Amino acid sequence: MAVSLTHYLVVAAILFTIGVAGIILNRKSIIVILMSVELILLSVNINLVAFSGSRADLTGQVFALFILTVAAAEAAIGLAILVTYYRNRGSIAVEDINAMKG
Amino acid sequence: MYPLSFSIAHALPETILAVGALLLILVGAIRGEKSAPLVAELAIGLLTLALVVIFIGAKTTATVFDGAFIDDQFARYMKALVLIGSIVTLILSRDFLRRENIDQFEFPVLVMLSTLGMLMLTSANSLISLYLGLELMSLALYVVASFHRDNLKASEAGLKYFVLGALSSGMLLYGASLIYGYAGSVSFPGIAAALKSGPAIGVVFGLVFLLAGLAFKMSTVPFHMWTPDVYEGAPTPVTAFFASAPKMAAVAITLRTVMVAFPNITHEWRQIVMFISVASMALGSFAAIGQTNIKRLMAYSSIGHMGFALVGLAAANAAGVEGVAIYLAIYLVTTLGVFAAIVAMRVQGRSVENISDLAGLSRTDGWMAFFMAMLMFSLAGIPPMAGFFAKYYAFLAAVQAGLTPLAVIGVLLSTVAAFYYLRIVKVMYFDEAAPAFDRAPFAVRAVCAVATALVFCFWVYPAPIVEAATNAARAFF
Repeated sequence: MAVSLTHYLVVAAILFTIGVAGIILNRKSIIVILMSVELILLSVNINLVAFSGSRADLTGQVFALFILTVAAAEAAIGLAILVTYYRNRGSIAVEDINAMKG
Repeated sequence: MYPLSFSIAHALPETILAVGALLLILVGAIRGEKSAPLVAELAIGLLTLALVVIFIGAKTTATVFDGAFIDDQFARYMKALVLIGSIVTLILSRDFLRRENIDQFEFPVLVMLSTLGMLMLTSANSLISLYLGLELMSLALYVVASFHRDNLKASEAGLKYFVLGALSSGMLLYGASLIYGYAGSVSFPGIAAALKSGPAIGVVFGLVFLLAGLAFKMSTVPFHMWTPDVYEGAPTPVTAFFASAPKMAAVAITLRTVMVAFPNITHEWRQIVMFISVASMALGSFAAIGQTNIKRLMAYSSIGHMGFALVGLAAANAAGVEGVAIYLAIYLVTTLGVFAAIVAMRVQGRSVENISDLAGLSRTDGWMAFFMAMLMFSLAGIPPMAGFFAKYYAFLAAVQAGLTPLAVIGVLLSTVAAFYYLRIVKVMYFDEAAPAFDRAPFAVRAVCAVATALVFCFWVYPAPIVEAATNAARAFF
């Protein structure tokens, strides 16, 4: 069986769903949320590269490279904010993020 | 191909901010901790220079950088609003950051970088430049939200904003990838050309994800949940920034995306925009009633106001774009004035944020109470304040486009919202006096006074704003 565009799209859709579910359902650690965000971005990259291949158009791959770069910057900033939060709160459990409500 | 000088001439404000921000980092790094006041003043100067360049620079429409960046009348109008928001934020933040002991030179640099992202976003003409502008804006905003890093609330605000922001940009990207795949182009005109024969299901699917990501940045329902917490937790000048400049940029790019890339499937996106608009107006009106913290109240107020502005977008005609442009300009001035008044809320050197702290303000500081009351009337949309005309233009466009029910819902919900604005006026004028506020610095009082004057006098001479908005709308029609 040949691997077609649809196969790539299905894999990407599954990864995207796992990523979103990981953010919404997760009650344990914020690190898991950061991992889920990476999963979402990588699923988008699979989409873009698959479309780029099937359309024989390089734009999608260029887009994917930009996303990789920005994802690295985003993870760095996310971890930095997480460190300042841990210093103040002493915990990174999702259920402990409750100083403000309403 | 254009020569580089042509491209730079059309992206001059961005160039000034990009080079300027890097130079200011150097100034800060070389001169050390004590450089914060100098860097802040230079940053205000550079942002003002960018604003001047927009007013006196090229007036033609040009697409540069391989079609990724467009410089037109609409972009220039929105960029002017964004820059005004950033400049006023920096002016308000000077004294506040010093008193809170977080006066570091990184703050103005981050505001500048974020503003650069907003300007790029406003001019984005392809999905790639949209994403890069959006991320440049957001990454700097995550950091300024948690800028008070020894404060639990501020770091929690930054963390919440980061997690939900990352999720929303993931959704936006997923949508962008689907649009690219099924339309075969990332440039907005290219997408529009691919959709000439009607909607493709893959593109509509992608459009929903894209609008979800943009709705998050505009803080509209159902992607508003971060707004109250971030507004409450972040330092007050930062909240003023969140409520002003990024909203202008987010609404601008939403408008440009749907008007330039998806004019052939108006029916599809109009349903989404109408839902977002009604839900935001309703939540903004009802959820704010029970609030006791004024920053939280302003968060719900801003959600509601974005809903009102989107009424104009749902009209999807020239009058609608004009209505949104006027609405944003008036909302910007009013909200900056209100936040100047909130920054001024200090009792014995400590900043206070509860509505009850405003009690009896008319007796302890009559002018501040007057400014605040006038701004509240404007937010509620009571004539002859500018806020009334903002709603008038937005709703008028909706009626002209045959969306009368939407306009009626908007008017009804704005009367509900008037309740909590008027309650603040009542607390200030008729309640038992709370401890008097410290005298606010001149700059903060001046911002408040100027905003009130502008809001008060709009009906006398509305021509400059209305004319500029009409020209801005002409970029799409």
